[in-house]
Amino acid sequence: MPIEPESRPIVLTVNGITVRVAMGATVAAAIAQAGVATWRRSPTGEPRAPLCGIGVCFQCCVSIDGRTNVRSCQVRCRNGMDVRTDA
Amino acid sequence: MCGQMHRGQKSEEHRLETLRETEVLVIGAGPAGIAAACSAAECGRRTIVLDDNPLPGGQIWRGKEDPNATKWLSRAQRAGVQMIHEAQVFAAMMNDTRVVMAETPDGLCAVRSPCIILATGARERFLPFPGWTLPGVTGAGGLQALVKGGLSIEGKRVVVAGSGALLPAVAAYLHEHGANVRLVAEQTSWLQLIAFGASLVLRPSVAMQGLGLIPQLLGIPYEAGCMVTAAHGEAKLISVTLRHGSRTWQVDCDYLACGYNLVPNLELPVLLGCAIANGYAAVDEWQESSLPGVYCAGELTGIGGVDRSLIEGQIAGYAAAGKQGKPKAQALWPQRQALCAYAERLDRAFALRDDLKALATPETIVCRCEDVRRAHLDALAPGSWRMAKLHTRCGMGACQGRICGPAMSFIHDWPMESTVSTRPPLFPVRMETLTAAGLTERTAEKTGEVNR
Repeated sequence: MPIEPESRPIVLTVNGITVRVAMGATVAAAIAQAGVATWRRSPTGEPRAPLCGIGVCFQCCVSIDGRTNVRSCQVRCRNGMDVRTDA
Repeated sequence: MCGQMHRGQKSEEHRLETLRETEVLVIGAGPAGIAAACSAAECGRRTIVLDDNPLPGGQIWRGKEDPNATKWLSRAQRAGVQMIHEAQVFAAMMNDTRVVMAETPDGLCAVRSPCIILATGARERFLPFPGWTLPGVTGAGGLQALVKGGLSIEGKRVVVAGSGALLPAVAAYLHEHGANVRLVAEQTSWLQLIAFGASLVLRPSVAMQGLGLIPQLLGIPYEAGCMVTAAHGEAKLISVTLRHGSRTWQVDCDYLACGYNLVPNLELPVLLGCAIANGYAAVDEWQESSLPGVYCAGELTGIGGVDRSLIEGQIAGYAAAGKQGKPKAQALWPQRQALCAYAERLDRAFALRDDLKALATPETIVCRCEDVRRAHLDALAPGSWRMAKLHTRCGMGACQGRICGPAMSFIHDWPMESTVSTRPPLFPVRMETLTAAGLTERTAEKTGEVNR
C-alpha cells in the first residue's frame, strides 16, 4: 500500500538524497528509505547496519547535523536534518 | 565505585541548579515502571520517572494502541507522576545522598531520591554465527522495533529465527505490515514446546503463541528444532542456511530477524550495587534488592512478560510508599507467584541447545564493536570476561559488551553478571553533560575508553 506524500510531512536528506518520511519515523527508517544499505563501517572496514533497534548495540550510529556517533534508531526525523552514514 | 565520584566545587554548584528532588524515582517507563510509579504516587509519594525513549510504554507498548497501556498511562497522569522522556541514565551516587544522573536533549538531569525503583527491562540475546554482522541481519524484536520506527517492510522476504515466545508474535507483526515471512525457525524442539504448552492450560493464548499456531494460521511455516547456521551476502544479506537435524537448506531473504530469548538490562542495578543471582537482580518479597530502598521489578528479576511486570511494578511501588502501601503490595503476592511459575516454564521450554555454541567458527566476529574474532577468545580458554576485555578488547566498544557479553556468557559458560559492564558513564554521553555532572576528572579516561 503506497503511502501518500501528505502522510509523510518530514523532509530531510540522507547522504545528500532528499527523503520524505512520516511524522515519528526514526532516522534509521529514513536511511533505509534512501536506499542506503550500509550505516557504518566496522574497525576493519566491514559494512554494518542496525541490529537491536532499541539503542543498545550502537551498530546504527551515523552523523546527524554534524554530530557524530548518533544512534539512528533512537532519533526521530526532523525537517531539514542532514544525515550522513559513515560508509 | 559510583559512590566515590569526584565532585569539584564548580560542578557541584552547577549540578545544584539542575538537581530535582523526589520521594520515589522510577527508572524505565515500560509496564513495570509505569505500574510502580502509579502505585507509589497513588499512595501520595512524589514520583518521577526517567525513561530513555521519546514516548512511554517501553518496548512492548511502543508504537501501538494498547488499551492496557492507555489505561496505565492515564492512571499515572491522574496520580501526578512526572515523566521525563529521552533521559538516558548514565551514572549515580549512592552514598549518604542518592542522586541518579541522566542525559537529556536539554543536558544533564540529576534527580535526588531516597527510594529508587529500577525497571530497566530486557534486550534480546544475540548469538554469533557466520555472516551475522551483514546488513539485513537484525534481532527478531529488533526488526519489529525498526518497523515500529517507520522502516518499510512491505514486500520484503523475511526469515524469523532464534528462540522464544517473541518469535511468533514478531512474525505475525511483520506479516501484518506487508512482509513475506518465509519461515519461523525456533531452536527448541517440538517435544519441549509441547511439554511447555501442556503445562499452560490456564493460559491458552500464550500457549498458542508458544506452539507456533499463530504463524500457522497466517500461512507462515513454523519449524521447531531448527536453526540458522549462516547468513550469506557481500554488502548485504541475500540468503541464510538453515539446519534441522541432519537436513540443511538455503532460503533467500532480505532480512533475517534473529534473537535468542531476552536478557535483563542489569547494567544499572549492578552499577548501584544490587546483588545478582542466577543472572537476574535478586529481590525479596517486596521487590527490594540487596540495597535498602532500591527496588527491582519486571524483566530485571526474570523474563515473564507484561502481566508479571505489571504485578511486580505495583508491589515495588506500594512497598516503596511504606506502611500505607505494604498491605496493598502483600495482596498481590499470590498473583506474582503464579506468574513467576509461568516465567520459569518459559525459561525451560526455550532453554538454549548446546550446539548453538558451535555456530561461530574461529573466524566469526563475536564482538561487533571491536571486530574481535572467536579464535582470539578461544585462545584464552577457559578464560573469563575480564581476560577477554584485557587481551582482546572484546566488550570494550561503544555497546560496552551489551551484545557480546550475554553471547560470551552462554558460549563460554561465564556467569552472566561477570559480563555486565558497570563503569560510569553507562552510555557514551556528551562532554558537557559529564562536566555538568562533575564526572570529568575521574572518568575522563574511562569515557575515552568507551567512546574511543
